[in-house]
Amino acid sequence: MQGSAKCIVSLDNFNYFRAPITTGTSVLGITFDGGVAIAADILGSYGSLARFRDCPRVMKVNDNIILGAGGDYADFQYLKDVIEQKILEEECLDDGFSLKPRALHCWLTRVMYNRRSKLDPFWNNFIVGGMQDDEPFLGTVDKLGTAYLDRHIATGYGAYIALPLMREEAEKKPNMTEKDAHKLLVKCLQVLYYRDARSFPKFQLATLTRDGVRVEGPLNVEQNWEVAHLVRGYL
Amino acid sequence: MSSIGTGYDLSASQFSPDGRVFQVEYAQKAVENSGTVIGLRGKDGVVFAVEKLVTSKLYEPGANRRIFNIDKNTGMAVAGLISDARQIVETARTEAMNYRAQYGSNIPLQFLNERVSMYMHAYTLYSAVRPFGCSIILGAYEADGPVMYMIDPSGVSYGYFGCAVGKAKQAAKTEIEKLKLADMSCKELVKEAARIIYLVHDELKDKQFELELSWVGADTKGVFQRVPPEVFQEAEKSAKAAMEDESDSDTEDM
Repeated sequence: MQGSAKCIVSLDNFNYFRAPITTGTSVLGITFDGGVAIAADILGSYGSLARFRDCPRVMKVNDNIILGAGGDYADFQYLKDVIEQKILEEECLDDGFSLKPRALHCWLTRVMYNRRSKLDPFWNNFIVGGMQDDEPFLGTVDKLGTAYLDRHIATGYGAYIALPLMREEAEKKPNMTEKDAHKLLVKCLQVLYYRDARSFPKFQLATLTRDGVRVEGPLNVEQNWEVAHLVRGYL
Repeated sequence: MSSIGTGYDLSASQFSPDGRVFQVEYAQKAVENSGTVIGLRGKDGVVFAVEKLVTSKLYEPGANRRIFNIDKNTGMAVAGLISDARQIVETARTEAMNYRAQYGSNIPLQFLNERVSMYMHAYTLYSAVRPFGCSIILGAYEADGPVMYMIDPSGVSYGYFGCAVGKAKQAAKTEIEKLKLADMSCKELVKEAARIIYLVHDELKDKQFELELSWVGADTKGVFQRVPPEVFQEAEKSAKAAMEDESDSDTEDM
C-alpha cells in the first residue's frame, strides 16, 4: 500500500506530492460467535525500512468499540487523539449513553471522505469492531472513504493473502468461537509474516465480547525457517 | 434598599466612591439564594455534595444536575444560576481539552483553576456584560493527592480543605470545621457530606430537595464520578438517621 502510492495536492497554486511516511501494514478483523477481534503487527515501516518496532495500532475506543489502523502512523495518531477526546467529552455528559461501533464507523467514513474530497486524505485503512444491539459489528474505511461491513475484513496485503484464508475457514466453521477466531487470526498473521516484506512477528490482538474489551500483546508469531536453505534462485 | 448603589450599581465597569463594584456583590447575592453546595477534601480524595432544591413536584427527577464532569479526574459543583454555571462548565471543558491537545495529559487543577478564574473575572470588568451569578467548586485527584478550589463571581479563588456555598453556607461551614478532614477517607466523607446537607436543609422554607453526591479519589481510581447507588443510599440513610437522633435529643432538652 505504499511506495508508488502518491497524491498531488494543490494549495495556493502550489503543487506538491503527498505520501505516507511511517506506515503500518495489514490489519485483520474477524467476527465470531458473540464478539469481534482485530489484530495487527506493531511495526512502523519507513518505506521498506523496518524502522520502528513498537507502534501499537490496535486500540480500545470504549467498552463497545475497538479500532485497528494501517497506513500512515502519524495520521492514525492524530485521529486517535480526536477519537479519544470525543469519548472523553461523551463521558463528561454522564447521561448513560456511549458511542456505538456503527456510529464511529459512520463518523470515520465522513472524516475520510471529507479529506479525500479536499485531495488531502488521511492515509489510513481503519477497521472498526464492536457489539451493536448485541450483534457483532465489523466495518472498514479506507483513505478514499470507501466503506463496507463484513464478517471478515483484512486491509492492505492481508486483503490478498489473509482474507481468502479467513473466508475458507469460516465456510468450514460457520459459528466460530472466540478461541477459533484467535487461532485463525494468528495463523493469518503468520502467513503474512512469511509473505509480506513489511510485516513483523510481534503483534497486538484486541478482542471485544459481551464481557468487555481485552487488548493483548505484544504477542509473537511462531516462526520456522528450516526450509529456508532449500530456497534457490534469489542470489 | 432604594439608597443601595445610588447609581453606581448599574455597571460592572464602575467603582462606587468607597471602592466597591456593586454588580459583583449582587452576583454574590444570587449565589446565596441557591441550594447549599459543599466540597470536602480528605486524605485520599474529594467529595462534593449538593442540596438541589426542587421547586415543583411536576419536574422529572434528576433534571438540572449541579455537579459536572470536566475531565476524567476533575469535577465541578456549582451554586447559583444554573444556566450561568453551564457556560462556565463549557469553558472549563474546553480549557481541559486544549491542554490535553497540547500537552497530552489531564490539565493540573491549579492551571484549570487559574484559567476559569480569569474567565469569570473578565466578566466583572466591562459595562456590556454582567458577572456570573454562580460560585463553583473544582475538585480533582492528582499524583500528589486530592486538590480543591472554589471560585466566586468576582473571579477570586482559593484552595480549600473544606468549603461551602449557597443558602446555608454558614451552618455548613460550622459543621465542616468540626471534621478532621486531612485524616478522613472518601468513604467517611461521603457520609459526613450527606449528613451536613440534610442537617442544613431548611424544611420550612424549601420543602423538596434532591441530594447529589459525587467523588474522585483513590477508591475511584482517580476517575471523577457519581457516588455509586449502594454507597449513596447508605449515606442518605445514615444522614436521615442522624436527623432523627438530632430531633429526638432536641425534644429531650425541652
